[in-house]
Amino acid sequence: MKISYTLNGRARTDEVDPARPLTEYLRAQGCLSVKRGCETSNCGLCTVLVDGRPVLSCTTLTARINGKSVLTLEGLEDRAAEIGGYLAAQGAEQCGFCSPGLIMNIIAMTDELTDPTEDEIREYLAGNLCRCTGYVSQLRAIRQYLADRKEAEQA
Amino acid sequence: MFTTQQYVVASSLDEAYALNQKPRATVLGGCGWLKMGRRAIGTAIDLSALGLDRIEEFDDRFELGAMVTLRQIETSEALAAAFGPCLRESVRHIVGVQFRNCATIGGSIWGRFGFSDPLTCLTALGASVRLHHAGLVPLSEFIRMDYDRDLLVAVVLPKAGQRAVYLTHRATQTDFPVLAAAVCRRADGTYCAAVGARPQRAALVEDTEGLLAGGVTDASARAFADFAADRLTFSSNLRGSAEFRRHLCRVLVRRAAIQLEEGQA
Repeated sequence: MKISYTLNGRARTDEVDPARPLTEYLRAQGCLSVKRGCETSNCGLCTVLVDGRPVLSCTTLTARINGKSVLTLEGLEDRAAEIGGYLAAQGAEQCGFCSPGLIMNIIAMTDELTDPTEDEIREYLAGNLCRCTGYVSQLRAIRQYLADRKEAEQA
Repeated sequence: MFTTQQYVVASSLDEAYALNQKPRATVLGGCGWLKMGRRAIGTAIDLSALGLDRIEEFDDRFELGAMVTLRQIETSEALAAAFGPCLRESVRHIVGVQFRNCATIGGSIWGRFGFSDPLTCLTALGASVRLHHAGLVPLSEFIRMDYDRDLLVAVVLPKAGQRAVYLTHRATQTDFPVLAAAVCRRADGTYCAAVGARPQRAALVEDTEGLLAGGVTDASARAFADFAADRLTFSSNLRGSAEFRRHLCRVLVRRAAIQLEEGQA
């Protein structure tokens, strides 16, 4: 099946296996930040943005990106590095395996929600699992990131 | 993961319906459940080019196209204005935002999964499904039907002044519910409850005895909850025993009725 889409800002046309999970397709395109952490659509590690919305690439079929814009961590390096800095500063990364998916969903949350409460943050990020930590340091980092963003916007 | 021999992005409902008459054909929703199996699909039918991804409001009803995602339902201001927070409550605990941006209402309802949150809530609200061949079928009937080769086009939700409260008990955040319950008050003052994850498919219990007709009090809510719990069957699985579920039914139906009365719908 022939599809046309945008990957990290670059228009592409490709002949694809339509039912192939998007995770594997994107990895074959060199987007190695996109990973599988589970086989049950639960862990959030494979999160990418399709037309700005966070989706599980393990559950999205490649045919479904036809005509759409796909963003992976590779296309959001500056924002990802900034959020990664906050996570590192709070000691939130241990093995770090879940970080790409978490950062993608933090970016999606920041774009979708205005000034989210702690409950809203927890609810938005509930689909991102970390098996090293108890999420406390991540939440500290996210709150600090959001607070600094707000301060910068108001300045 | 499933496999496919042929993948067709359908250009019309008639084409999708005709393709679906093949024995090994499968209509694709968001694939969240389908991907968990190893089904060998002959023809995979993709409905995403048919404009079924919209929530449409009419004078007397909403129509949720089969490809509307659970996240669209969760964030729809029009649905919240008409029915309060119950629909949002029925989907917001399902895995995570990313999953809910994938999962479709068509896939969720067609599957008639026992654990389904939206199936329970929509049944209480008196929704129907629009099937391409069979036409409009009340969800309370559709739940009991066997799987066939028809095509779910939309979920039709009447705007009839009904209000519902939806509650679940979960062992942990984002897990399937141990029990799901919705209590609905219709504009004519009658009540019903839908109870799902028993763990069988949701079932509807009408307040045929008029237990809530004189108003919702702690005593009448308790009586209706007992009425529902005594009429439904419950089974055991790894998430809970039949006895625990029957107890939860008494608790959640009572609480939902009281919250309905307190205006939390």
